[in-house]
Amino acid sequence: MSNDLLEQITASLVDSDPDGTAELTRQAIGAGMEPMTIIDRGLVPGMDIVGEKFRTGEYFLPHLIIAASGMKQSMELLEPELSRRGEKAQTLGTAVIGTVKGDIHEIGKSLVATMIAANGFQVHDLGVDVPTEAFVAKVKETGANLLGLSALLTTTMTAQREIIEALEEAGIRDQVKVMVGGAPVSQEWARTIGADGYAEDAVGAVELCKELVA
Amino acid sequence: MRPKLNILSDQLAEQIIAEGFELLMDPGIRVHNEEARRLLGDAGADVDLESQIARIPETIARRALETAPSEFYLYNFEGEAAVHYGGDSVQFDPGSTAVTVLDSETQEQRVPLTADFVRYVKLVEMIPQLDAQSTAMICFDVPEEIGDLYRLYLALNYTRKPMITGAFRKDTWWTMKEMLVAMAGSGEALAAKPTAVFDVCPSPPLLWSDLTCQNMIDCARHGIPSELVSMPLAGATSPVTLAAAVVQHTAECLSGVTICQLAQEGAPIVWGGSPATFDMRHGTTPMGAVGTWMIDCAYTQVGKALALPTHAYLGMSDAKVVDAQCGLESAGGTIMAALAGVNMVTGAGMMDFESCVSYEKLVIDAEIIGSAKRLVAGIEARDQPIALTLMRELGHRADYLAQPHTLKWFSKEFYLPSAVIDRGSLDAWKKQGAKTAFERARDRVNQLVAAYRPSPISDDLRVELREITTRAARKFGMDELPQLPED
Repeated sequence: MSNDLLEQITASLVDSDPDGTAELTRQAIGAGMEPMTIIDRGLVPGMDIVGEKFRTGEYFLPHLIIAASGMKQSMELLEPELSRRGEKAQTLGTAVIGTVKGDIHEIGKSLVATMIAANGFQVHDLGVDVPTEAFVAKVKETGANLLGLSALLTTTMTAQREIIEALEEAGIRDQVKVMVGGAPVSQEWARTIGADGYAEDAVGAVELCKELVA
Repeated sequence: MRPKLNILSDQLAEQIIAEGFELLMDPGIRVHNEEARRLLGDAGADVDLESQIARIPETIARRALETAPSEFYLYNFEGEAAVHYGGDSVQFDPGSTAVTVLDSETQEQRVPLTADFVRYVKLVEMIPQLDAQSTAMICFDVPEEIGDLYRLYLALNYTRKPMITGAFRKDTWWTMKEMLVAMAGSGEALAAKPTAVFDVCPSPPLLWSDLTCQNMIDCARHGIPSELVSMPLAGATSPVTLAAAVVQHTAECLSGVTICQLAQEGAPIVWGGSPATFDMRHGTTPMGAVGTWMIDCAYTQVGKALALPTHAYLGMSDAKVVDAQCGLESAGGTIMAALAGVNMVTGAGMMDFESCVSYEKLVIDAEIIGSAKRLVAGIEARDQPIALTLMRELGHRADYLAQPHTLKWFSKEFYLPSAVIDRGSLDAWKKQGAKTAFERARDRVNQLVAAYRPSPISDDLRVELREITTRAARKFGMDELPQLPED
């Protein structure tokens, strides 16, 4: 029975049925299953399969995003159970992410936020047009070890440099790895401004996050 | 008969327009510009000051459609009507606002500088297939705050053709207008014979940002045409179905026309855009995708149904080098745009989505444009009877090459490409160095740029343009502009 449920949770992620994932998670909790078991043997294998299908070209971004929303709904149900047991879902790291000030482009940033959250990072998404000070404050507050800065305009990408300088001034530059992205941004630009990494897309950003915290 | 693509059934087009009007009321349009909110509120729209959402009744938008001109001309800098916005006229200008240029030697993308853009403007001047210039790239050797006006300054020193341009800030628009007024002699002269169009871009979904909305209002008040560049991204910032993306485009453009006409009745405005389908594998905005072309053709049909001039970003490629993908995507979009009767097709020379321009691609695209223009000129009888007289005269002799009839008609009937297109024999091709299309294009770029004749503007005017631009540059820490390249 319990194995069945876990397999169904996995399948619900693979089948793009996020409401199903949530419902099955409720059933599993109701059946007394350990939250960590549900995560490790139900959710994570599902996300792995979805990721693999994306890599091989069978799945597309909507499959990833919808599976990630299933994962998120499920985790929201599981977190109270975890804290009741004094447990914590293992995260690979904590990331603060946002689109820099003066720039209202959202898609790329949100895609990256969703993808890294679905891959085991705790994510604080500050949204768009985020002032430099807000990034610094959030990194301080959360003790984040990753900071993702999105800029879609040549006129706003310079804010990425400002934020890195502001982290230095605040004395927390060593605490956090800074990743930059966005259409006009390049590896060369990342090097120029002293960022720790650059990824060209959301899937690349996940790889980059894992490398940076390894 | 002019071949014409109507991609939507009349019934579907009507429904798209009806739903576009409905979106203006619910959920309404976000308007982040104070003056536009005031204009809309005064006209009877329900404006929520906190959410900045304007609910615009159909009657107000309909009235705007009535006062917006269905056609207007853009003039070249020699005072001649050069571009006709309206009807099914099809004209082309280069893709705009690239942040990189493809280096002719290394074929790698690099940051554009003054000399690159000047060379590009000269090349555009020399390409007869192109009807207008655009401020095609951003030069990185001046402060970014004057990136928009500096490109216009450079282009005005070298162009005769009209300009398609745009401002990145509210204040720089005024400097750009000052330059255009200097060229025209007075503000009235500029309004009577506009030489430039400003692109104004709503943000999907259903948002007018402060900057671009103000640009549109300022254009309207000074008789300078503006061009709506609505860009639903199907599946990301708009619904994924092509028809629904066109509904969103309709609503965004209707709101633009409304604000524009409320600022100044009768101000020229173009129904345009740069939509795309969202690439579901890479999260990119493919301009070479057939779905992108279909959205463009569909909204063009909607714009025509509303009796407005039209524009589209088409004829670009997502390729990173000038290769087979680059050619096939550019050709597909260009031919579709021509068949749809888009008045101004922006995109020649542009690649890597909308981020890079290439001199070589531009001259290859010129051949595609030449072919597309020939295509939409259609097939005519030319003679009456069409063939009988001549064919009875020649009987069964295959002697048409020697006929005056052939000499009279061949250059009108056929599109005659430049040497960029290889139609020689294998041996002839080998003898000429077995060159690829890219290499032939590079040769042609060099020939055309070398043949450029300086534009006839006076030294006084050159000095005035430089002074206007230098004043703006000084505000942002640049005391002396880069030297213009030697001719």
